[in-house]
Amino acid sequence: MIRFDSVTKTYPDGTVAVNRLAFEAPSGQITVLVGPSGCGKTTSLRMINRMIEPTSGTIWLDDQDTARVPTHELRRGIGYVIQHAGLFPHRTVADNVGTVLRLTGWSRKRARGRAVDLLERVGLPASFADRYPAQLSGGQQQRVGVARALAADPPVMLMDEPFSAVDPVVREQLQDEFLRLQAELGKTIVFVTHDIDEAIKLGDQVAVLRVGGELAQLAPPAELLASPADPFVAGFVGRDRGYRGLGFAAAGSLPTRPEPTVRLGVELSHARAVADGDWVLAVDDRNAPLGWLALDGLPDEALRRTLTTDLLNLGGTLANPRSSLREALDSALSSPSGRGVVVDEVGALAGTVTVGQMLELIEGRTAGRRRPAQQSGATLGAQA
Amino acid sequence: MILADNASSPLQLFSYFNDHRRDVLSWLGYHTWLSALPVVVGLVISLPLGYLARRYRFVYPPMVTLTGLLYTIPSIALFVSVPHLIGTKTLDPLNVAVALTIYTIALLVRVVADGLSAVPDDVAQAATAMGYTRWQRLVHVELPIAAPVIAAGLRVAAVSNVSMVAVAGTIGVPELGQLFTTGFQLSTTGPYYPPIVLGILMCLALAIAFDLLIVLATRILTPWRRLEAAR
Repeated sequence: MIRFDSVTKTYPDGTVAVNRLAFEAPSGQITVLVGPSGCGKTTSLRMINRMIEPTSGTIWLDDQDTARVPTHELRRGIGYVIQHAGLFPHRTVADNVGTVLRLTGWSRKRARGRAVDLLERVGLPASFADRYPAQLSGGQQQRVGVARALAADPPVMLMDEPFSAVDPVVREQLQDEFLRLQAELGKTIVFVTHDIDEAIKLGDQVAVLRVGGELAQLAPPAELLASPADPFVAGFVGRDRGYRGLGFAAAGSLPTRPEPTVRLGVELSHARAVADGDWVLAVDDRNAPLGWLALDGLPDEALRRTLTTDLLNLGGTLANPRSSLREALDSALSSPSGRGVVVDEVGALAGTVTVGQMLELIEGRTAGRRRPAQQSGATLGAQA
Repeated sequence: MILADNASSPLQLFSYFNDHRRDVLSWLGYHTWLSALPVVVGLVISLPLGYLARRYRFVYPPMVTLTGLLYTIPSIALFVSVPHLIGTKTLDPLNVAVALTIYTIALLVRVVADGLSAVPDDVAQAATAMGYTRWQRLVHVELPIAAPVIAAGLRVAAVSNVSMVAVAGTIGVPELGQLFTTGFQLSTTGPYYPPIVLGILMCLALAIAFDLLIVLATRILTPWRRLEAAR
């Protein structure tokens, strides 16, 4: 557990970077600090391992006042990951990962063994151990950075925009793997980002800071989206937060309807005969959906042709039993036929669901949890 | 051939060397020692000065300017004034070593400061966050990363020292510069080349040897640089 107790950072020129910040980052959870530049999020993070000393206030690490621990000891017990990884260019990957272990007195050989284990843990082959950082891609370097922070198995990890310097595809991979790793390790993590989407994806709780280093709101992501505390938070979390909030609600069992299907190789006249309306769904031998066939405007002479993949419209996402309401709604919105395809655990067709049905489901869910009027009033004011 | 028969032909340097083997080799020994020692001592003194200039931003401009100005003192002036400053005899080779150490510092303080500044911010930050003390960070992270820059400065210092030591020959300090004064003294009717050319070639060889030594040592100490370059 990390606890900020009225922490303030004022610079000699009078700038207040962080103003009486008070919050708690619970053990085993990811707390994300998010806000525009100048909101003091990085300053707050660096005050935890005393890279920056607070002007006043106390930061507690469990029951210990961090100001009373010698800085280098404090830091060796806190993993730290930064934007460009900050790997030591003159050291091999294995030596980079083993840095803190060597500092705490491990033998070179033992540190190396642990480094290789950690590389595999973050998804890098053991053969990378003897490479130098310059020989790795940005994403790979960032994985090494995470492995290095994990090396001494610190209970606490500080992460300063660790995924913002890589391209979006790699970023998403790294985020997913990070969440999987955290599910295994259960570290107490404070994570800084300027990207609200990343905050909402990764955080168990999200602290939104405003310029001047004040805490605007601290809440789990779903609550942040559902009821922003003030116009600043509402503006910061964005306009489509209602839609994004659906991403945190499990769709549960969907009111699916049976959908007529055809297989590849059938004559198109057969497809027209079984279709419900202008679209028919093609499936493979295991009943997994392949795509939609448009029958509207098909000339009569074409009806003798057989169904092949190139005739199928591949647009449309799939919903499955673990989908959120957002994904389920998207399957219907994105489907060319207007009917969202729902599959079961093994990917076989379970039925389809329409946008109308999805909206009914969402309406039924939210009706029970409407908020008092004055709170949503503040939200509307911010959007106007 | 007239040129080959002429005792003052540059090609006579081999026989000149044979005739004066003992003197020349001892001069070479002094010359090596007098140019190498100041590089080592100068580096040892420049490291903390360069570190201070890097660490405290307000120290950098005066420190780099002042040490840089040392280079403008004529070497001959330094050779003759050092004995009065440190109380040695006029012809003590130590005077030359001290003077050249001053020149080496003039060159290296800036190089060390700039080399340390070239350590990327996020790398230095990561080192601090890992729990390195300031000293450990300097020794294990910053200096190794600055090593290629510092080595480049050392090459310049070592090579320029070789030529600067030769100047001290004019005031009688025993080293290869003696060959030039001898050559000059023997050039009564026309230029007498053998000792002069021999001196130039030996200085050149010495400079190249120093340079190769530093390059080789740098390559061994910084294997990561080659891999970066190969990318």
